[in-house]
Amino acid sequence: MTKDKAYEPFEVDQRMVAHSNYWAGEMGSRFYITLRDKKKILGVRCTKCNKTFWPPRTTCVFCFSKLDELVEIGPYGTLETFTLVTYSEPVHPRKAPFVYGIVKLDGADTGMAHFIDEVDFNKVHIGMRVKPVFAKEKKGNILDIQYFKPI
Amino acid sequence: MKRNVAIIGGGQTYHAARRHDVNQVEMTNEAIRRALDDAQMRIDEIDAVLVSNMEFFEGTHMTDCWMADGSGAYGKPGIKITTGGTVGATTVCVGAHYVASGLFDNVLCVAFEKQEEGDTGAILSSVAHPLWGRSLAGAAVGYFAMMGSSYMAAWGAKEEHSAMVAVKARQNARKNKYAHLKLDITIEDALNSRMLAWPIRMLDMCPASNGACAMILADEKTAKDRCKKPVWIRAMETAHNEQFELDWRDVKTKRPIFSKVCASRIYKKLGVSDPAKYFDVFEVYEPATWAELVWYEDLGLCKPGEGFKLIEKGMTNIDGPIPVNPSGGVLSTNCIGASAMLRVWEAALQIRGDAGGHQVPKDVNRALTTAYGGTNWAVMTALSKTLD
Ligand SMILES: [Zn+2]
Repeated sequence: MTKDKAYEPFEVDQRMVAHSNYWAGEMGSRFYITLRDKKKILGVRCTKCNKTFWPPRTTCVFCFSKLDELVEIGPYGTLETFTLVTYSEPVHPRKAPFVYGIVKLDGADTGMAHFIDEVDFNKVHIGMRVKPVFAKEKKGNILDIQYFKPI
Repeated sequence: MKRNVAIIGGGQTYHAARRHDVNQVEMTNEAIRRALDDAQMRIDEIDAVLVSNMEFFEGTHMTDCWMADGSGAYGKPGIKITTGGTVGATTVCVGAHYVASGLFDNVLCVAFEKQEEGDTGAILSSVAHPLWGRSLAGAAVGYFAMMGSSYMAAWGAKEEHSAMVAVKARQNARKNKYAHLKLDITIEDALNSRMLAWPIRMLDMCPASNGACAMILADEKTAKDRCKKPVWIRAMETAHNEQFELDWRDVKTKRPIFSKVCASRIYKKLGVSDPAKYFDVFEVYEPATWAELVWYEDLGLCKPGEGFKLIEKGMTNIDGPIPVNPSGGVLSTNCIGASAMLRVWEAALQIRGDAGGHQVPKDVNRALTTAYGGTNWAVMTALSKTLD
């Protein structure tokens, strides 16, 4: 349906580089430092709602209570859902194929999205028990948990 | 509502992967001029202009400022709205609030996306939480892949069922002259298309489209004086969840998730007990096939776990008893900033009887539209032909 136009379309190329630094805050700082130094995964409890959240945050999403009770969760967990990524695009954190899923860590009521490695692609399933593998070199982001693998 | 609000006109561009012939403003202006023509209104009769698109998808911010010429916003009140995938519907909601409040009589709502011009994948990763999600973020495919695998495991649906949605969308799109992916495909084609992230294949996903939509909303007096076929906005509803809740991916959840909460609130406002009977047509926001099946259930068009049976029986076909997305939907056309507005505009066209080749073959008095965005946000809009 493109109309015939009496001009040649011209393209202007622009490129931008944008770098960001995010301060992790009260809960995030404690989470990442504990992960880095003790290889422990922290969540936060709301006693009023009887829920344990990952990621830890200072306000309960359900009741708006102020939260401060950090608790250790995991390290074992259950795969709640997953996908096997078989295509690659620049934005992907790694090259296909890889398994990506939602892990509900023991003791938590919310899930953590992460990679599932060292797994037979034909055997990965919902309900599979997994455990984390911690990165040797810590970078200070969620990839300090390098991936989860079947127990 | 304090004052009744009608859609008195609208327009859209044709949608395509390439629009090298126009820039963003020129493309958007095409839809705006069509909307003004449709409403038989001049730009100086417009009291306020609302502009929306998906923030930063084209690597631009404050589009409302630098497109004030082509949007018609120069010198007028109005704001820029950015609520992700829902934005087109949110903009209609805001416009309806402007009119309902009595502060404005004629409001122009504008939505566009020129996806070919930006780095959509990279920008979409900035939707993920900067502290917790960014390092793992991919494109939208993974989100719907996990929804699909959860759906199949919970209810025993097969890949064939998502393929049926893929075929329905593209066959409907062939009837819609403005749609992007007009594909004459079969279930086999869908099942044989390239696997992206199990169980999502190429034909299970929406395209990246360029396009725009514009709508003009007016108060009851203006609508009755000036418009032969006003379409009334009867109710709007919005609900949020938070990003990290696991529940939305668990299709068996009993917890009140955003889509179900939104539906139950809008049904309560309108006194709807059986939505499949109450509404004559639905336009839902389905960037992936599995999302449409989940919408059937979340909207209460069937019992939980029976969405895939609706498509299997052809219930939601264009000539079925519960037509869903006769336009071809988001699966056929996804100019993200405009996609949710297209749902509302397409529903309005159905009520007017002006949908053309994809007009559903029955009387359409009421329609329901949905939208959702990356952070688990749903917007719904209910339209009707009359004010009864
Ligand atoms: Zn709480």
